[in-house]
Amino acid sequence: MNIDKRIADDLVANDISFVTTVPCKQLAGVIKEIDQRDDIFHIPANKEDEGMGLCAGAWMGGKRPAIIMQNTAIGVTINTLATLIQYYRMPLPMLISYRGELREPVACQVEMALHTKALLAQLNIPTYHFHQQSDVAEFDTILKYTFMCNKPVAILTDATFWGGYGDQ
Amino acid sequence: MIRSEILTEIAPILRDQLVVCNIGIPSQELHAIDDQPSNFYMLGTMGLASSIGLGLALAQPKPVIVIDGDGSVLTNLGTLPTIGNNAPANYILMIIDNGSYGSTGDQPTYTGKKTSLAGMARAAGCDNVVEVRDRHTGPALQQALAAQQATVLVVKCDSGNAKMPVITMDPVEIRTRFMQAVAHR
Repeated sequence: MNIDKRIADDLVANDISFVTTVPCKQLAGVIKEIDQRDDIFHIPANKEDEGMGLCAGAWMGGKRPAIIMQNTAIGVTINTLATLIQYYRMPLPMLISYRGELREPVACQVEMALHTKALLAQLNIPTYHFHQQSDVAEFDTILKYTFMCNKPVAILTDATFWGGYGDQ
Repeated sequence: MIRSEILTEIAPILRDQLVVCNIGIPSQELHAIDDQPSNFYMLGTMGLASSIGLGLALAQPKPVIVIDGDGSVLTNLGTLPTIGNNAPANYILMIIDNGSYGSTGDQPTYTGKKTSLAGMARAAGCDNVVEVRDRHTGPALQQALAAQQATVLVVKCDSGNAKMPVITMDPVEIRTRFMQAVAHR
């Protein structure tokens, strides 16, 4: 299974046509795939809170948005999640690379990994965690759930899901 | 002129357009001067008005006017390259640049010193950047609407706030009526 293609297919199938991204090494493949899709407008953001602003505007303009980012971004976007996305009750699927999990080679990444789920729980953000590639089977249902309840929803995807970090 | 005087003067132009308005006193002033369903008031999240407006302009064809401030643009400077590289023709970013953080007690910002937002916008790739004094705002805004070209309009004005009530409208009501205005206007 090509995981990048599968994710892009599920986004398109759920009428998600506006995607903003802040890159992560784990996300390079899916970002490239989305950039190549004619039915998705891809707009890179310089910071994740900026990207959430873009998504909020696109949704009010009639497009279904999504953001793709790294888990360190949870530290950047708490105010935006609370006072924009949640306060105005907007849907936002967040596909998040979960750095700092098993086989992580960069020690500093572990520091925000320790806080990621606790912060998401504190914000009452529905959170799903994909460990294995087969977990992607739930992605379509999670997208439908997000636009049913008009909430930000986190999908944490760890290195195992993306195929690891290569030889170590 | 101070911001509230500018907003009063351009209210007849704004009334017919989709407006995304900056957090704090700017939204309170616009709400008090001429509340419209086509105004999206930011109640929190300093800095993101330009980004919300850009997403809105990219998602639908009607003109979008963002009313932003110098302090808010400074807190989200990454927005300028994103605008410079992506803004569609229906996008107008109007920065009311009074050189101060008006909502928090008029502390000075760097745009009242050496920093030029117009220069930064140009360097970020924004092709159509106009800087005017406060009294020329109305004609400059009408020109930007007529040009049908993405525009960054920097309005230099005096610092100061009008005393207006806090917006108590529910945020979901603000965005629901705004989305209806987007869909039907």
